[in-house]
Amino acid sequence: MQSTADKGFIRRLGQLLNPLLVPFLAIVTAVILGGIIIKVVGGDPIAAYKGLVQGAFGSPSALSETAVWSTPYIFAGLAVALGFKGGLFNIGAEGQIAFGAVAAALIGYALPGWLHTSIPPYIHIPLAVGAGILAGAIWGGIPGALKAYTGGHEVINTIMMNYIALNITSYLLNGPMRDPNPLNLSARTPEIAVSARIPPIFDIPGMRVHWGFVLALLMAVVVWWLLWKTTLGFEIRTVGANPDAAKYAGINVKWIITLTMALSGALAGLAGAIEVTALNYRHELGFSTGYGFDAIAIALLGKNNPYGIILAAILFGAMRNGATRMQFLTQIPIDIISVIQALILLFVAADAIIRFIYRIRAREERVVLTRGWGG
Amino acid sequence: MTANDIVLEANEITKHFPGVLANDHVSIDLRKGEIHALLGENGAGKTTLMNILYGLYKPDSGQVVLNGKSIVIHSPKDSIEAGIGMVHQHFMLIPAFSVAENIMLGDETTHAGVLDIKAVSQRVRELSHQYGLEVDPDAKVGQLSVGAQQRVEIVKTLYRNANIIILDEPTAVLTPQETEDLFRIMRQLTARGVSIIFITHKLKEVLAVADRITVMRAGRVAGTVKPKETNEPKLASMMVGREVILTVQKQPARPKDEVLRVEDLRVLDDRDLEVIRGVSFDVRSGEIFGIAGVQGNGQTQLAEALTGLRPMKNGKVIMAGKDVSGKPPRPIIETGLAHIPEDRQRHGLVLSYSVADNMVLCNYYLEPFARGGVLQQEKVDENARRLIRDFDVRTPSPYVPTSKLSGGNQQKVIVARELSRPVKLLIASQPTRGLDVGSIEYIHKEIVAMRDRGVGVLLISAELDEIMALSDRIAVMYQGQIMDVVKANEATKESLGLLMAGIKSSETAEAAAPRP
Ligand SMILES: Nc1ncnc2c1ncn2[C@@H]1O[C@H](COP(=O)(O)OP(=O)(O)OP(=O)(O)O)[C@@H](O)[C@H]1O
Ligand SMILES: [Mg+2]
Repeated sequence: MQSTADKGFIRRLGQLLNPLLVPFLAIVTAVILGGIIIKVVGGDPIAAYKGLVQGAFGSPSALSETAVWSTPYIFAGLAVALGFKGGLFNIGAEGQIAFGAVAAALIGYALPGWLHTSIPPYIHIPLAVGAGILAGAIWGGIPGALKAYTGGHEVINTIMMNYIALNITSYLLNGPMRDPNPLNLSARTPEIAVSARIPPIFDIPGMRVHWGFVLALLMAVVVWWLLWKTTLGFEIRTVGANPDAAKYAGINVKWIITLTMALSGALAGLAGAIEVTALNYRHELGFSTGYGFDAIAIALLGKNNPYGIILAAILFGAMRNGATRMQFLTQIPIDIISVIQALILLFVAADAIIRFIYRIRAREERVVLTRGWGG
Repeated sequence: MTANDIVLEANEITKHFPGVLANDHVSIDLRKGEIHALLGENGAGKTTLMNILYGLYKPDSGQVVLNGKSIVIHSPKDSIEAGIGMVHQHFMLIPAFSVAENIMLGDETTHAGVLDIKAVSQRVRELSHQYGLEVDPDAKVGQLSVGAQQRVEIVKTLYRNANIIILDEPTAVLTPQETEDLFRIMRQLTARGVSIIFITHKLKEVLAVADRITVMRAGRVAGTVKPKETNEPKLASMMVGREVILTVQKQPARPKDEVLRVEDLRVLDDRDLEVIRGVSFDVRSGEIFGIAGVQGNGQTQLAEALTGLRPMKNGKVIMAGKDVSGKPPRPIIETGLAHIPEDRQRHGLVLSYSVADNMVLCNYYLEPFARGGVLQQEKVDENARRLIRDFDVRTPSPYVPTSKLSGGNQQKVIVARELSRPVKLLIASQPTRGLDVGSIEYIHKEIVAMRDRGVGVLLISAELDEIMALSDRIAVMYQGQIMDVVKANEATKESLGLLMAGIKSSETAEAAAPRP
């Protein structure tokens, strides 16, 4: 009796944990392989990983920094996951983040001047962040509309939009938006007004974790709620799962594709805006490099589930953060972390990416197996 | 017959799925050169048993015995080696490839590392000649009719030297002519010693072609009989466990207002050919208007155009007094349309969604299923539980993905959803395709009940029997035009048959009349 109850419990636990199995195994395998690589290059894997964990979780300030690193990862991971749920592969988070940051910085430093007045934080912060969201939404919505109304593939278009965004950003930061301070040698904006800054959570020097992290956690809940509890989420998922059935059901497929990409871009833009308003207080060329691409890995590792994405983003944030301490303690180059992250991605996604890309192609070129009459 | 004649035997096979006992100690045997038909309700476990014989599923217990030896089949590869071939209802062909390429897929013939397509084509030609299967090895699969694709699947099994062939509901999508051809091919195969397991829901076919008939019910074998010893009603009650009324009972229609008027409709197909060429008709509330015709005469595109899934080139569609010409699906649905689509897996279902979510696919955004843009999951689930009960959908719960349901039960999910909505017009394309006789009986009753509640019904079906049993008026489509509209009680199979072949009754009268 006892044992059958146990078995039932284990089976249910297994069902609950089943979706986590592949990501978990991927991480374990990558960590083991990473250890072997460290060993081969002459390091001590145990010491290295100890340093990594210490650097990421070993002290209150380490935890704080891990949270700081995780914040943009959560936003951007949610952005990519939302796209995936709607059957869209948003590779353009990088450009959407950059524009989100530029827009937030502009409103952050220039708006008081334009209005010739100071603005209270409860207005200025939402305006700056909102500008970032809007910029990201537009930059994501354009390839969405191109996909919906002309059939242009979003993978190609978001990649191109990345180049455009990064080059325009580079121009703006070197030109019209460049920090005029004579001491400034880099391509960056002026500092944003104090009224546009999101404060840190703790008023302790060295603890940089800010309310943006809390917002990121909230955003995961919001995205989860949107996708699974609202009619809009139902429409997004239906278009993603079977666009023909979505059309049959009366859903405006083109509009939903556009909207999904815009929402995805909005989340990415939010990532950029928060980096500017809560952490760096300006946008500088090179600040955000790679978040948009790591976000794809995070979305896949988190299985496109908002809560999974929180876990995956914290893992990535912790690895980035702990890497410095690891290097300091063991002289193993930080790059090993990129190798491990790449390995995780490889194990989780190789199959998923291939299937995903195939599915998109299949839908458009109809290279599907003939459909019969499902016996 | 001696025991030596038995080529394949399933012995006490049991298979569980979460929440379902799909096969419960099932035993069945197949003799050399026979056609063994497998009948059973939707969800009885037929496909599951075949998938076990073919190595797609592993049984929980029981054995598969091949030529007297117990064998273990791990994968289709093993079964192909053992000489077992299967034609799934889901064809496994790649449309962009040629027939020969498809046939050698997974078993490539190479010559010094280079694909030897010529050798394959040659062999395909030999096989198709030998068995009277018309298959052109160089044709692209995507351009073939369903019947021809099926022949490709059969040749594929023969190419791999199968002497046991499993056909899972092959006739569901075939025209009567194609079905006849298939039966001829099946007989030719058995004459050469091939053994066939044949699954179908059509009792007439079973009686016409089978040597033995095994009936399954709720995962068990209900019995094995010879066609001579049985008849349609007997088979039906064996399947369902009660008597089934095979004829539809209905009162004369009392048609009222017009709910659908179609004027000079012209529609293009995917290749930009005009496949609906000036069609006009009207459907009244309280009547069933049937559209008969051999498949491929524009019926698919007609339903798609009327429901907003396909643009129309010309013409007018008035639904419940509103001009909906060229409108997208949502406003058309909202004028009061229910639509059972022809292609259930493409249009009718999101296979990864739960049964409950699929049952609100068209009205998820309306009260009570949503309030202020927020889904009311309890209401969605409640609705599903009611429909599952009313329409006898065999599913372990409302929460399982529809992909896990048997083919017929997937169809029932759609029918239940569409028949339960308050509408003015029902467009039903092949509503009972793939359903067992018991379910057909129930759904026919529901369609008639809808008519009697004042709904107008446009019924498009390839089953002439279904059209004649349900319709009040019948239009016959031929090459994208309506040949004639006749009263159902004045129509005969013969008169409709002539119209379906494109011969107008006046012409026949002329032809029959002696020339002066
Ligand atoms: N992969 C699966 N996972 C879970 N349950 C399944 C799976 N395949 C089949 N089932 C269940 O097993 C039962 C038998 O299904 P099966 O497909 O064998 O029925 P069938 O006799 O072929 O019915 P139909 O005539 O509708 O095709 C059904 O209740 C179905 O829901
Ligand atoms: Mg079946």
